[in-house]
Amino acid sequence: MRSLNELRCSFPARSENEQFARTAVCAFAAQLDPTVEELADLRTAVSEAVTNAVVHGYRSVPDGVISVTVRLLPDSVIYVRIADKGCGIADIGQAMQPLWSGAPGEERAGLGFTVMQSFTDSLQVSSRPGTGTTVTMRKRIHHADGSTG
Amino acid sequence: MTELKAEPGRLTVLLEGELDHHRMRDIRETVDQAVHEQLPGVLVLDFRRVTFMDSSGIGLIMGRWHLLEEYGGVLEIHNPAPQIRKVLRLSGADRLAVIRSYAACGTGKEQAHEIAQ
Repeated sequence: MRSLNELRCSFPARSENEQFARTAVCAFAAQLDPTVEELADLRTAVSEAVTNAVVHGYRSVPDGVISVTVRLLPDSVIYVRIADKGCGIADIGQAMQPLWSGAPGEERAGLGFTVMQSFTDSLQVSSRPGTGTTVTMRKRIHHADGSTG
Repeated sequence: MTELKAEPGRLTVLLEGELDHHRMRDIRETVDQAVHEQLPGVLVLDFRRVTFMDSSGIGLIMGRWHLLEEYGGVLEIHNPAPQIRKVLRLSGADRLAVIRSYAACGTGKEQAHEIAQ
């Protein structure tokens, strides 16, 4: 699908960068004039995906790289792809179940994918053990002023 | 900075800023140390200065709920902003704790009401 504007960035999988990532995505998405609630939803969903990459993908080893691509698509749709080259997920269905956590000792709620799913319009997860995980989310902005797309 | 306020039988934690996985370890250590020292009957997590929370905050709430349950303490969540309330509802954490909002009316008289679920 034709991209009207695009942001790409990559950064080490350090937990400090969780805030940077969600802030950067939302600053870019602000071009579509989202409501406060739409932006908060996007911020939360991105935070979950990046945190998953830090905690699960790279198991808190900060040498890995997380790549983020944001695209503004026609009809005021925001596309966000968050990819890591970490350990991957053996059973995506299990990982996406609410309250299931791949790191039970770390007091993780096991709600990352549930939040991503609930706060965006579509969520796709592709993963292969040893290769990494890519999460793709789309969110339609309903209160756009129309000037960007 | 996470501020703590101890009163008889009650410990209030004034959380601030963006609550994510990165900040959770420090917050958890601060809260747990104070809870272990005081064993408060009521632990209040006050979100009035919190501008963002993802599911890492749910981990914090669920963990503290378990900690309090060990000795019969009660958990209260105060003043969550709409975004935070949405994450609480989604997680079901709003069933583990009493959630209250205090109207900031500036009269010094605070009014409590339960948030409609």
